[in-house]
Amino acid sequence: MNLLRIEQLGKSFGGVTAVEDLSFAIGPGTVYSIIGPNGAGKTTLFNLISGLFAPTTGSIHLDEEDISGLPPHKLAARGLSRSFQNLQIFFNMTALENVMVGHHLHSDTRFFPSLFALPAIGRADKRSAEFAAEMMDYVGLGNYIHTDSDAMPYGALKRLEIARALASRPRLLLLDEPAAGLNPSETNTIADLIQHIAQDNITVLLVEHDMHVVWDVSDHILVLDHGRRLAAGTAEEIRSNDAVVEAYLGRRAKDR
Amino acid sequence: MMPLLKPRTGGLLSLMVILVVLPLFFRNAYHYDVAIQSGLNAIVCVGLNLLIGYTGQISLGHAGFFALGAYASAVLTDRYEFAAVGAMIIGAVAVGCLSYLIARPILKLKGHYLAMATLGLGIIISIILNQEEELTGGPDGMPVSSFSFFGWDISGNLTWYGIVALVLLFTVWLALNLVDSPVGRALRAVHGSELAASTMGVDTQRYKVLIFVFSAVLASIAGSIFAHYSGFVSPAEGEFFRSIEFVTMVVLGGMASIFGAVVGAAILTILPQLLASFHDYEMMVHGAVLMGVMIFMRRGLVPTLVHFIRGLRK
Ligand SMILES: Nc1ncnc2c1ncn2[C@@H]1O[C@H](COP(=O)(O)OP(=O)(O)OP(=O)(O)O)[C@@H](O)[C@H]1O
Ligand SMILES: [Mg+2]
Repeated sequence: MNLLRIEQLGKSFGGVTAVEDLSFAIGPGTVYSIIGPNGAGKTTLFNLISGLFAPTTGSIHLDEEDISGLPPHKLAARGLSRSFQNLQIFFNMTALENVMVGHHLHSDTRFFPSLFALPAIGRADKRSAEFAAEMMDYVGLGNYIHTDSDAMPYGALKRLEIARALASRPRLLLLDEPAAGLNPSETNTIADLIQHIAQDNITVLLVEHDMHVVWDVSDHILVLDHGRRLAAGTAEEIRSNDAVVEAYLGRRAKDR
Repeated sequence: MMPLLKPRTGGLLSLMVILVVLPLFFRNAYHYDVAIQSGLNAIVCVGLNLLIGYTGQISLGHAGFFALGAYASAVLTDRYEFAAVGAMIIGAVAVGCLSYLIARPILKLKGHYLAMATLGLGIIISIILNQEEELTGGPDGMPVSSFSFFGWDISGNLTWYGIVALVLLFTVWLALNLVDSPVGRALRAVHGSELAASTMGVDTQRYKVLIFVFSAVLASIAGSIFAHYSGFVSPAEGEFFRSIEFVTMVVLGGMASIFGAVVGAAILTILPQLLASFHDYEMMVHGAVLMGVMIFMRRGLVPTLVHFIRGLRK
């Protein structure tokens, strides 16, 4: 069964068509990468899947159930989580608290017990904090647990977003350019991290411009251009696809 | 491992000690009056800060809820012979329902639109209080009977002070609990990034409504207490300027600081009393305070101070 299936999806903003007639499916346990030039519609596709935008046409299915138009928090409850290309950190919190928000759906969030600080709330929250700290360790941010997020370097914030997304215990994780702006050694760590995540049975949908990462981790690659599918296949097939080399990879393909 | 005193427990204890010691310095009824007014404002501001400072939403209409609570107590006890506690509870529940009903459409709005909508709400409440003369006495206001509690008529400055201090302490305790819970984190997440909050499973609309209603109910309760304490209510309590005053108190004391709300309320209640000639220029001074804080001290008094002290320790 497909975990995620996109059916003739389209999204336009006024006159601009960002995604057009796009169909593909992802099986569980894979790393599925989406590449393409700037403005190809990759982030728009992520925003559609995660419920931030409603599709103009077509539909999105999770576990073969139509989820098009559901609000983001309902999709999170169904096991979908993501990171953002433009950081969306809660800068009014510590790093750990950021990740604890990721654990929101598994926390005890009853209003009146919280208001009166019932012991059950405190106990559950302590477990959330421990789990969040574990997630920070997992992404390699063990040193930052009590740091205010606005005092963290960019590279760490990129990983903080991943830790926060993992804290929601997703089945499908959308990563929008996790390696953008990182130095080569940080980029390698991110590639390793993505592979770890995939080994832990979380399906990863990856958007990334850094082709080292893409070649390293992807089971399957989809190339978008002007909102449409240009090609799809394994790394080998994409690398040797003339249209892709022409439109996007260019000299990059020969980097490796 | 839990430190012996969490910072918030320490803060709460300090506030308690201050509230207990304070009356030793009061020389006359006027001192008590200023303290009681400060306390009532502080109760409203603690709630309002949960909405503004923690959740990042604005309200320019909270004086309306304060006035509704005050009038609910005045009208129900005077015209319908309700017990004071009953009237207060009915007022709070009614304000809760009203704020819930209007919160959904209002809180969908952002930025200036939200400010305008809450402003409009406060003005409507104010107009109704002025117009419904039969019920409210119109612009002249109406007297309020004393607060009787199982046959005990609450009177005397120290008693009123004690009651307001207790309610304030309780409110601060509730707010601190909330802020430190998963609910409080969800509220702060809405402020930090509504986008990220919703993708992490936070029903942002629900939390905005929740805290709007909670802060409105707190304002209503403070209004009820005020009505019985002062023995008189007038539509001035619900005026636009009062709403601005509450917001200024929150901003001066410090956004996202519970104790900041208390400090801000106290300062801006006491200050006009100290400067006798200040009264005519109250509006201007509030404007100046608001601008000054925004330009020179974005975080407000208490957070800036805390930051400074932490810096000294390092
Ligand atoms: N909210 C929006 N309103 C209007 N147009 C938008 C919006 N979001 C995206 N677009 C447009 O849709 C197109 C696709 O943008 P998108 O951000 O999805 O590209 P991308 O593939 O993620 O690019 P990049 O690699 O630069 O991140 C662009 O032309 C963009 O201007
Ligand atoms: Mg993008």
